[in-house]
Amino acid sequence: MQDIIKVGMADLRVAKAPQILTTLGLGSCVGIALYDNANKIAGLAHIMLPDSTQIKNNSNKAKFADTAMEVLIQELEKSGANVNKLTSKIAGGAQMFSLDTQSDMMKIGARNVQATKALLNSYKIPLIAEDTGGNFGRTIEIYPDSGVLLVKAIGKGKTEL
Amino acid sequence: MNRSVDDLNSIHLDVLKEIGNIGAGNAATSLAIMIQKKVDMQVPVVKILDIQEVPMVLGGEENIVAGIYFGMTGEIKGNIMVLLDIVSARKLTNFMMGGTNDTQENEDHLQLNEMERSALQEIGNILSGSYISSLASLTNLRVELTTPSLCIDMAGAILSVPAIQFGSISDRVLMIENTLFDGHQEMKANFFLIPDENSFDVLLQSLGVSG
Repeated sequence: MQDIIKVGMADLRVAKAPQILTTLGLGSCVGIALYDNANKIAGLAHIMLPDSTQIKNNSNKAKFADTAMEVLIQELEKSGANVNKLTSKIAGGAQMFSLDTQSDMMKIGARNVQATKALLNSYKIPLIAEDTGGNFGRTIEIYPDSGVLLVKAIGKGKTEL
Repeated sequence: MNRSVDDLNSIHLDVLKEIGNIGAGNAATSLAIMIQKKVDMQVPVVKILDIQEVPMVLGGEENIVAGIYFGMTGEIKGNIMVLLDIVSARKLTNFMMGGTNDTQENEDHLQLNEMERSALQEIGNILSGSYISSLASLTNLRVELTTPSLCIDMAGAILSVPAIQFGSISDRVLMIENTLFDGHQEMKANFFLIPDENSFDVLLQSLGVSG
């Protein structure tokens, strides 16, 4: 039995091989997996919104792409990861519903993805793979021993990134 | 001042519950006419839940559910979502289409055909329309619903939509749980009322329970 650590919505965790990190049912949220190959340490954040500075109620740092990224990198460093050697894989950012009256909120998935990529770029963390967009939910697992990101979707089976 | 779910007190909840109650009564009547069966509805349960615990109420993040999502326009703006577990969704569509499809038999839950999908949207229309008309008549506010969008997927993924919308103002969501009963089977339909930031104020003021 492998040790599987669950990351909830607006939550983030760090794990070392042979542990596995998972987050279930990503919709418009984005799962950000950061990975240190040499030390076999991975971190996973399940963010809901792109930018904490736009929101008054922003005490939960794991909820926003910007603050979650910052905390996740700190946590990885505390666990012994080399933060200069991190790579990333991301998934999620779907648009589950489409309504005629489109507000910005409906495009939140795309905005989450965009914000995440911009942040990775500013932290100079290479994005190795992504499975984003679409109109379906995803469950993901990150394996710190290999860096594989497993993506599962209903009716679409499993994909390894 | 902008209000959120966190500002709701027990009086607010009672009022929302009462709106739900009247709405549920109307919905049960309309539904009964449509499926030509007697439908009873229990007094709705209004819950304020942490975002994190909502998927658990619905059987876990990966449980397959049907979400029917509406835009609210008029004097209260925002969204409404009706959420049915897949078994309840199938029961209701079967009733509505007069079908005898065994719910156990069809394991491939996502394979609703076009007819079934539109039947499900119509059920969503009835449920949310009843709720909204009850809300509108009690508050004297004009509220209209857009045509719905249906999505059948993992509970976590579907719930991310209202969670994110609430999430910009609060970490908690307002859920109204309805239980329908046709004499043999129980079906659960959950509502998420998602007013825009400014509409929350309008709503509470017009309920006469503000401040």
